[in-house]
Amino acid sequence: MATMQSLDIKRYSATTTASPSVRESVEVAKLIDVSRCIGCKACQAACLEWNDLREEVGINVGYYENPHDLTENSWTLMRYSEVEEPDGHLEWLIRKDGCMHCEDPGCLKACPAPGAIVQYSNGIVDFVSENCIGCGYCIKGCPFNIPRISQKDHKAYKCTLCSDRVAVGQAPACAKACPTQAISFGTKEDMTHWAEARIADLKERGYENAGLYDPQGVGGTHVMYVLKHADRPEIYANLPKEPKISGLVEAWKGWPKPFALAGLGLMALMGFMHYVTNGPNEVDDEDEEKGKRTLGQGDR
Amino acid sequence: MKRPAGTVSRYTPGARANHWLNAIILILLALSGMALFHPALFFLTDLFGGGVWARILHPWMGVVLIFTFAGLFIRFCRYNIWNKTDTQWLNRIRDVLAARDENLPEVGRYNAGQKLVFWLMTIGIVALFLSGLVMWESQFGDVFSVEQKRIAAVVHATAAVVIIGVWIIHLYAAIWVKGSVRAMTRGTVTGGWAWKHHRKWLREEAAKGNK
Repeated sequence: MATMQSLDIKRYSATTTASPSVRESVEVAKLIDVSRCIGCKACQAACLEWNDLREEVGINVGYYENPHDLTENSWTLMRYSEVEEPDGHLEWLIRKDGCMHCEDPGCLKACPAPGAIVQYSNGIVDFVSENCIGCGYCIKGCPFNIPRISQKDHKAYKCTLCSDRVAVGQAPACAKACPTQAISFGTKEDMTHWAEARIADLKERGYENAGLYDPQGVGGTHVMYVLKHADRPEIYANLPKEPKISGLVEAWKGWPKPFALAGLGLMALMGFMHYVTNGPNEVDDEDEEKGKRTLGQGDR
Repeated sequence: MKRPAGTVSRYTPGARANHWLNAIILILLALSGMALFHPALFFLTDLFGGGVWARILHPWMGVVLIFTFAGLFIRFCRYNIWNKTDTQWLNRIRDVLAARDENLPEVGRYNAGQKLVFWLMTIGIVALFLSGLVMWESQFGDVFSVEQKRIAAVVHATAAVVIIGVWIIHLYAAIWVKGSVRAMTRGTVTGGWAWKHHRKWLREEAAKGNK
């Protein structure tokens, strides 16, 4: 058991046996209310500051995203989508992208290094960089395309949900910095209730498809969105509608592997059994005699 | 080099060196690959200096392997063309495993089993090499899409299992059929071994004066 309850680990990557699990802590969640976001990027700045990271100064190529994608330094990114609705009005949708902290994390499932990815019992999925071997399997496992590998140290990085802050009872830096309280943090239960109130409010204002984004295909997430158009999450910079761990990753990391290993073991065993039951395949004197004669004939 | 009387030359020194270089690299690749294949085998990374080193070395060894295997392919390809006798031989695999040689057709330089090992190794190594490039994050991380990398991972793992299975057959055949290993260690086999296992080849070699 970890010494701090909030750091109890529920799941270790590349570990097939159970983690200590007699004690269960409350599940946490970050709720991002997209309808309240003004796109100020305070969350991005707070993330860099708290985590003591610096992003390279980029270039403007005509849209608001800065940097242009998540990087090993920028673990969260405001993504801006201009969507023209059928009735002709324009919606400017802003979504704070970053790790969703899946209940069933694809990155953790794909990771081959024991303990390089962990899931705390409060639901936070964290990369333990000193155990990371830099293979990039987490990238293949993630249904949201979040982890990034640094070209400097070849380690994978992503949002930690400020596990260090949460461990001491603080909200994540982004939530703390948000000037409109579009980002709130608490127990998953409380955040779900809070979202319900917000959704009711949005529906009252005419957004009849408003809803909570807590995709069940990955067992729910510990970062949730309140979306005005929850029926079309893809319009928010390609937020997947029904994310789940790819069937390819399930096949790659699932039951076929132990099955294949057992098959190879069985082959070796069959070889051994064949040897001890049938004995070696040996050349006898008669063969040698005939072989010699055949070779002799070649002389003539 | 003078050969003892009654032996037949099977592999040149160059072919032997090529084979063993290939074998060493293939085994190292299998060990470092198995380490990342399943958590139960992660301890194998210790043989390579830890997980990070296993991750760094494995793809580079793969690059070396494609050259060593190309050497073997060029050397042995022409002896591994499939023919009718091979199908007959394979249909009597029970007789092969029971060592009832009298029921088997006369075999040339390679039997159907050896030819299958050759072709499965060829297909498997090409599949491993190509899928390995797609998975090689530090070199080609930006080149391929996530979906392509996922497909590559499945192909890579599948081909690896096939190759290791083929390797087990190859190794067991060498252990079971006494007198085979010396072909790859000393370059020669006895006339009796050739008579028993590769009679057609022995007749051809005798006609050429190889003894």
